[in-house]
Amino acid sequence: MTGMVALYIFMLAAFTGYEVIARVPVILHTPLMSGSNFVHGIVLVGAMVALGSAHTPLEKVIGSLGVLLAAGNAVGGYVVTERMLEMFKSSGQGAQRRAPGQDARAGSAARDGDERQRGAKQGTH
Amino acid sequence: MPGWMSAGLAIQASYFVTAVLFITGLKRMSSPVTARSGILWAGAGMAVATLITFLYPGMSNYEWMLPAMLIGGILAWWSGKRVAMTNMPQMIALYNGMGGGAAAAIAAVELYRGETSGYVTGSLAVLGGIIGAVSFSGSLIAFGKLQGLINRSLRFAGQQILNLLVLAAALVLGAMVAAHFNASPAAVTGFFVLALVLGVTMTLPIGGADMPVVISLYNALTGLAVGLEGFVLDNAAMIIAGTVVGSAGTLLTQLMARAMNRSLGNVLFSGFGDTGGEATGTVTGSLKPIEAADAGVMMAFASKVIVVPGYGMAVAQAQHKIWELVQLLIDRGVTVRFAIHPVAGRMPGHMNVLLAEAGVPYDLIADLDEINAEFDTADVALIIGANDVVNPVARTDKSSPIYGMPILNADKAKNVIVIKRGKGAGFSGIENALFYLDNTRMLYGDAQKAGAELIAAVKAVG
Repeated sequence: MTGMVALYIFMLAAFTGYEVIARVPVILHTPLMSGSNFVHGIVLVGAMVALGSAHTPLEKVIGSLGVLLAAGNAVGGYVVTERMLEMFKSSGQGAQRRAPGQDARAGSAARDGDERQRGAKQGTH
Repeated sequence: MPGWMSAGLAIQASYFVTAVLFITGLKRMSSPVTARSGILWAGAGMAVATLITFLYPGMSNYEWMLPAMLIGGILAWWSGKRVAMTNMPQMIALYNGMGGGAAAAIAAVELYRGETSGYVTGSLAVLGGIIGAVSFSGSLIAFGKLQGLINRSLRFAGQQILNLLVLAAALVLGAMVAAHFNASPAAVTGFFVLALVLGVTMTLPIGGADMPVVISLYNALTGLAVGLEGFVLDNAAMIIAGTVVGSAGTLLTQLMARAMNRSLGNVLFSGFGDTGGEATGTVTGSLKPIEAADAGVMMAFASKVIVVPGYGMAVAQAQHKIWELVQLLIDRGVTVRFAIHPVAGRMPGHMNVLLAEAGVPYDLIADLDEINAEFDTADVALIIGANDVVNPVARTDKSSPIYGMPILNADKAKNVIVIKRGKGAGFSGIENALFYLDNTRMLYGDAQKAGAELIAAVKAVG
């Protein structure tokens, strides 16, 4: 692609990144940081290309190191993000989901049973 | 060559799909209702991009590539599955550093080969290389600090000037490499060594409390480095994903710094972080202890209780006990909310993760802005392992090092119960005026044990 087009892509992507998370609540800061950490694991693709065209032994060693590190970034980033987000559940649990911050008193009786069940289940591992 | 062409087209189309999946995934991750599906979208994007890249024209060295991928992937999978939720921040730092290292490795391969076309591409490779290398070594130091492997914060006079000199030397060497693009391998090696040293010397003086902001900053930097190397390789997926993370990460860093009442410049160039000020000022009044049985009765007959958890609770692994206690109270008709200060955990949002792990639904959890007006109407504020974040001197005492930090106004509640291990001061070493108030009672003991006693007390009320 030409330099100018690349520059446009850069500009638009920068605005996109900003807008996409502009209104993120504090409770999601840690998982979102982890999630964006996973997304730049796309460097794996670049490391594969760099290693794929390496000729000298030095290039191959550095390229392999790059692939190893990039695979760690992508896989590790995915696993920890998934583990954290897995735990985010609301009182309604699918039936009715409320935005955080709203009063959760209504329907708490219906919730308690399955919450406690899950609490017990999670305690085992 | 039709086969070649169609492979090229398939790759471009797949990268396009990947970019869409990544952006959708990030968008979904920014709301608690859709967050869980967000990572699946992004994960699908990664799978598509990785698989299609095997079809890249002229790819070779699979005998190097596959073992490297397997080793890196399996180690990361294994460690990611095992890490405790309390250690999540340093694990993110570690994986992030690996990404930065990979970006630097790409730059190194291109620069050692010296075939990259033209001055602009060379400059981008150098720029991505230095940012990636700094992010790599800096993140490793951040990991070491939070993991407790590095305990000291190395500081000496003229440190900032030294960092500046190292940066300048790296940039000069980098400019030479970029300008005559067949620069000697020695110059390239020197450039990367300087960049790695810079990451270490930049991060060493920063204290543990500021580390989350630094990790977030390195996350944004890695994104930027990936984007820059994307330009070098002419790879649209890397450009878009890297740039999106670069800007989203920058915004996230600013939000975190603001939530912690620190400016980025402050974090990087001063050095508060782990020591803070000396214990300043004396507080009048006395510490008034309370028995768990009395505290339990107080809460059982309250109409509204606000729980303020701090990192001390997480260290004691007491979140399950506290959630059990809260469920008992809810059964009795007590309104219970959790109030989370942005720095209640190791980083903003970390405490939410720890509570979620214990099974607390996120809609019982309120952040500082939401909950502060509610303390006036609360009968009991239960403070567990939190200290500086509820210290009212941050509002009143201009000479205090934490003056101006937004705090949870727990002192406004009718009664305050503080679960605390001993009589020591908090993380910052500052005496907590809240503990000496007339309406405050101290429940001494390990948070887990105190939680169990409170549960027994509430049950005894019947």
